[in-house]
Amino acid sequence: MTTGQLAAQPLSEVEIARIRADFPLLSRTVRGGRPLVYLDSGATSQKPRVVLDAEREFYERHNAAVHRGAHQLAEEATDAFEAARATVARFLGADAGEVVFTKNGTEGLNLLAYAFSNAGAPGALDGVDESWAQRLRLGPGDEVVVTEMEHHANLVPWQELCRRTGATLRWVGVTDDGELDLETLDDVVGERTRVVAVTHVSNVLGTVNDLGPGSRLVAAARAVGALVVVDACQSAPHTDIRELTDPHSGVDALVFTGHKTLGPSGVGVLWARRGLLEAMPPFLTGGSMIEVVRMEGSTWAPPPAKFEAGVPMAAQAVGLAAGLDYLTEVGLDRVHAHDQQLMRHTLDRLAERPWLRVLGPQDPSRRIGAVAFVADGVHPHDVGQVLDDSGVAVRTGHHCAWPLHRRLRVPASTRASFGVYTSLEEVDALAEALDRVPDVFGLAG
Amino acid sequence: MDLYGELILDHAKRPQHAGLREPYDVEVNHVNPTCGDEISLRVHLDTVTGGAQDGAPVLRDLSYDALGCSISVASASVLAEESLGRPVAETLETYRHLHAMLTSRGEDPGDPQQIGDAVAFAGVAKYPARVKCALLPWTAYLDALARAGADISAASERPQGA
Repeated sequence: MTTGQLAAQPLSEVEIARIRADFPLLSRTVRGGRPLVYLDSGATSQKPRVVLDAEREFYERHNAAVHRGAHQLAEEATDAFEAARATVARFLGADAGEVVFTKNGTEGLNLLAYAFSNAGAPGALDGVDESWAQRLRLGPGDEVVVTEMEHHANLVPWQELCRRTGATLRWVGVTDDGELDLETLDDVVGERTRVVAVTHVSNVLGTVNDLGPGSRLVAAARAVGALVVVDACQSAPHTDIRELTDPHSGVDALVFTGHKTLGPSGVGVLWARRGLLEAMPPFLTGGSMIEVVRMEGSTWAPPPAKFEAGVPMAAQAVGLAAGLDYLTEVGLDRVHAHDQQLMRHTLDRLAERPWLRVLGPQDPSRRIGAVAFVADGVHPHDVGQVLDDSGVAVRTGHHCAWPLHRRLRVPASTRASFGVYTSLEEVDALAEALDRVPDVFGLAG
Repeated sequence: MDLYGELILDHAKRPQHAGLREPYDVEVNHVNPTCGDEISLRVHLDTVTGGAQDGAPVLRDLSYDALGCSISVASASVLAEESLGRPVAETLETYRHLHAMLTSRGEDPGDPQQIGDAVAFAGVAKYPARVKCALLPWTAYLDALARAGADISAASERPQGA
């Protein structure tokens, strides 16, 4: 985030209109000619034309299998793929050698989790710097810490890692206000903690977890030598996350996914400290990721290639780079300021409707990207259905964060989430469409 | 909107035969993992004595506890109302016709003669994401029947005339 800097201007109406014109899908209609109001960008973002063009141009002009072939196209495709990596690195404020392309955020988190279990195989850490090697050995008595607000993608891989290694999963709880309960931090993070995996922004509540300079959670993890893994899937589309990769941040690895960040589906990013990437055993093995292969066994290429087995998703990486450049051109500080104006407006409009209850922090500055709410007496699916009938696309259910919903004592919720192209009028359309809910279901609106 | 007919809303607000009851042979718990809707459902089977259907299983009681959207709760209510006290074979016939209607994308309006109040769910067929809400109680019911030892193979046959 951009604390400590001069506050950036939110996007003006004219600027939002200009941005919206760059996203072809936003001009379509749904459900019998109603204008689309897309408030589901937390699930996946829409794509600007530059992303579609970049992918198309790659296929029309440069397509070849990257890192293979002795021909000109192979060279061009490889250049395009590596240029995309450099763009991602700039977006993250990191070194290109620390950027691994994955299928999505989930794969990046599994890649990390499997590094720990694969580290237990005989010889897996041969030649690895001991200071890193000892951080990767995990077994009974060791603990992995997550939080109760994690998306299943940053929970289940760690549960499974613990099951495979005999380590114990622990978690930081969530308060009634939808914040991490840091009062319990000293009980949860201790000498046995080896990994702390935490989301930057809750995909349900929009809660921003403080992981930048001065973060209590990161400091607690560092104090005991635990690796810090950050799920940045919900923050990367909305705010500058470079502080997380700063050499002094205390964060060791982070993931985000392309399709939520204006890019195509099928590409995600894992960033990790070079030392960690060098120490971690590979997750997927096969072509491209090897150094020498003999029938008896093989050795690995240096990172990032070590983690990119098989022909990679070059066109998608090129598309993602175009999407990240688009955000950078708007300016991440202004993208964040825009999200804040949407957030304030949404909370205001929802507060006018006393039969709705917003989950999570009530202070807009504690949130990014998403607002989840429940309507007394009406199931979220039914709310979503009525909104859909008005052309308003939201997500309903537990949003792959079932334990969080259990904690907040709701079976499910309705979530409106934003993109750089979301307009204040769309928030008004949401509010007006919500007013049909009491009519349809006979509530006292 | 055509999805929420009065019949569905009535059943959702006042689910018929709701609450888990004794005695029962089998209890099952089903969830819809995409949204967290849950149903616990019990069946109590008996056998027909005398007549042409002598020895055939009959549904003496069906009780349930449903937590979910109006479509899934109403569907559980209609399932109970349409099935209680009837021979299992007839309820499977109802299921086949209901399933055909729900998966028709709106082309099969449903036959009230065959599925009774369940015709109210015809609008659900136009919303593929909601079909599994309507089917959740029925899927639980079939599972309970199978676990109670009933033959449910008739449920997967094509409905007559469809």
